[in-house]
Amino acid sequence: MTETPGRPASNLPPLSLHIPEPRYRPGDTPDFGDIAIPAVDATPRPGEATKPDAMRDLCYGLVRVLDFDGQAKGPWDPKLTPDRLRAMLRYMMLVRAFDDRMFRAQRQGKTSFYMKSTGEEATSVASTMAIDRSDMCFPSYRQQGILIVRDYPLIQMMNQIYSNRGDHLLGRQLPIMYSAPEHGFFSISGNLATQYPQAVGWAMASASKGDNRIATVWCGEGSSAEGDFHSALTFATVYNAPVIFNVVNNQWAISSFSGFAGGERTTFAARAVGYGIAGLRVDGNDPLAVYAATQWAADRARTNNGPTLIEHFTYRAEGHSTSDDPSAYRAADEATAWPFGDPIARLAQHLETLGEWDGERQEALRKELDDLVKTTQKQSEKLGILGHGMHQPFETMFQDVFEEMPWHLKEQSKQMLAEQEAKFGPNWKPE
Amino acid sequence: MNMIEAINSAMDVMLGRDDKMVVMGEDVGFFGGVFRATAGLQKKHGKTRVFDTPINECGIIGVAVGMGAYGLRPVPEIQFADYIYPGLDQLVSEAARLRYRSAGDFICPMTVRTPFGGGIFGGQTHSQSPESIMTHICGVKTVIPSNPYDAKGLLIAAIEDNDPVVFLEPKRIYNGPFSGYYDRPVEPWSKHEASAVPEDYYCIELGKAATVRAGEALTILAYGTMVHVTKTIVEEMGVDAEIIDLRTLLPLDIDAIETSVKKTGRCLIIHEATRTSGFGAELAALVQERCFYHLEAPVERVTGFDTPYPHSLEWAYFPGPVRIATALTKILKD
Ligand SMILES: Cc1ncc(C[n+]2csc(CCOP(=O)(O)OP(=O)(O)O)c2C)c(N)n1
Repeated sequence: MTETPGRPASNLPPLSLHIPEPRYRPGDTPDFGDIAIPAVDATPRPGEATKPDAMRDLCYGLVRVLDFDGQAKGPWDPKLTPDRLRAMLRYMMLVRAFDDRMFRAQRQGKTSFYMKSTGEEATSVASTMAIDRSDMCFPSYRQQGILIVRDYPLIQMMNQIYSNRGDHLLGRQLPIMYSAPEHGFFSISGNLATQYPQAVGWAMASASKGDNRIATVWCGEGSSAEGDFHSALTFATVYNAPVIFNVVNNQWAISSFSGFAGGERTTFAARAVGYGIAGLRVDGNDPLAVYAATQWAADRARTNNGPTLIEHFTYRAEGHSTSDDPSAYRAADEATAWPFGDPIARLAQHLETLGEWDGERQEALRKELDDLVKTTQKQSEKLGILGHGMHQPFETMFQDVFEEMPWHLKEQSKQMLAEQEAKFGPNWKPE
Repeated sequence: MNMIEAINSAMDVMLGRDDKMVVMGEDVGFFGGVFRATAGLQKKHGKTRVFDTPINECGIIGVAVGMGAYGLRPVPEIQFADYIYPGLDQLVSEAARLRYRSAGDFICPMTVRTPFGGGIFGGQTHSQSPESIMTHICGVKTVIPSNPYDAKGLLIAAIEDNDPVVFLEPKRIYNGPFSGYYDRPVEPWSKHEASAVPEDYYCIELGKAATVRAGEALTILAYGTMVHVTKTIVEEMGVDAEIIDLRTLLPLDIDAIETSVKKTGRCLIIHEATRTSGFGAELAALVQERCFYHLEAPVERVTGFDTPYPHSLEWAYFPGPVRIATALTKILKD
């Protein structure tokens, strides 16, 4: 044992540093048998006005509604009508169809980048369905389900992904970083978790005006390690802001597993405890549980009972993005071994058990949505795809830096136009 | 009014005129701010309009972005400019970009007020001048007043502006114009004509410099505290300098600079911030690009040194009378 100068010798073992390691790596056979799955009716549903410290257990349990036989049970069952359930299924299936097409479009070189939400569709679709149309959503980058639920035109999403001449954002943003204020969808940032305090500010503004709109915000479990996350929770608890925090715990942040965000020690919902706000841990692959939890949190927020943190316990069934190859860092069949199944299949099964759905209708719907996405894609591609021509007037590059363009930007714009004119001639028009 | 009173008055007037405006920051509510800039505002305008925040600059600026997106007009205070760094990402990546990245869907009409600069024995974390970092961010305006009249007019213009503005308040001159001689008493603002501040609304357009003193021998570009230090030395030396107070660093009044330097043929730039990559470097490059054939001497810079602000040696750091006089002698000799 080495002796530290100035310290007495000790027979304590040397300190050791813990570097988290996921349970399974490529080549391993994943087994999630030890994940505690409480029965669907085991988790109580407190009243929306319950004080956070009286419901701490909910941060460590799991809100569930659908059992694995497709039955909805327990106190959290939101008791949705079959029509509403079918609408939910349709939205989730549309998200998946859209994701698949756009993923392929990226592979075909039509755009630079795409991010799927496969397996996580419920965490955006069901939660958006449970809030009011006038509430503002502050998404991260895997919540395309919000736009789909709010019937944002698919073609506009595609135009943005292709940065084509129909792109409402003028080709400035990375694909999937949409902005749609009239659909209650805040502009997406590339910097993780920055939307968290912004959502709180928006919610505080609504409360200070005496309005009744609330804010919802999403981030991944990886991003919950950002300082902004903790800033947001601090402000929300201090001012009792009407906001719902969603942490989508899909187990992986690119190649870093949830342990690098502190997930080995406690749940992400339990972060609520330290702030004295309500926390719920929810089966994120159970659309009805997601719906019920969000509805509970929304009612709570809207009745001035404050913020709620919801951890959606789920699994990222695909790569992080088109730039990622998950087979390099995780076991091949983790997604299938994941014990909570697929949210779309679970909802379809539930409708079937109600006698409101069947395999034929499922297949017909799948085909209808595929066709819808395909036709829309064709229309969007008529407006251009990334890299095939420049689709926006060059001078748009200098617009919107400020409300009015200052002299230095006018000068730089002129310089750039001269450069482009030298290249393309004076009569160039966007393709 | 002194500078603090003028800043207070600007917020008071605007809180009265625009019910969307809110003031927030550490200690700004009941207490009225550690420099008393928000004194009395909460009592007059209510707790939801003027309130204390957690010590969390990322939260203060991030929350203000969300409030701006809702349609409010937040005026967050960062207690010292040195603490803007914990909130810098929300300023750089969010507030400054929101209009651009959303193609005008969302805007961020916030004014971040913060006291900056040294000379008050604040040590290295209560004395910094981060203006060049601010001007390097695309989408943020940077304003620095040098007297009470300007402070009120510029702050009102900043609050009314629909873009994010960083409003840097030279705290050394909150109470009176500083001569640059730390061992001499500071005159109160009341002896200065700029202390005649109207109680009511007025504004001073952003992006317009002021000529503090007309002259023929050289042009001196300065802002904030350094305007007064410069004026003292120029008067002591009897130099016929034209002193331009930039007032807004971005957008910059390039016409005022160009006209003056072309007239005088010499340009000295003075700021308290550290030298390397300081705003003086930008000014020197602009003057050189636009006035090269009119220049009779190299453009000079007088600045703070490239060290953190030292507590006990702050007057050795400060670009005071000796450094300015030396530069003046040199530039006029060339
Ligand atoms: C501030 C910041 N740091 C790093 C990145 C790079 N980055 C993009 S996505 C990502 C992983 C995020 O993981 P998580 O929050 O769990 O969300 P998920 O992708 O799993 O949905 C990282 C590190 C970034 N965009 N922003």
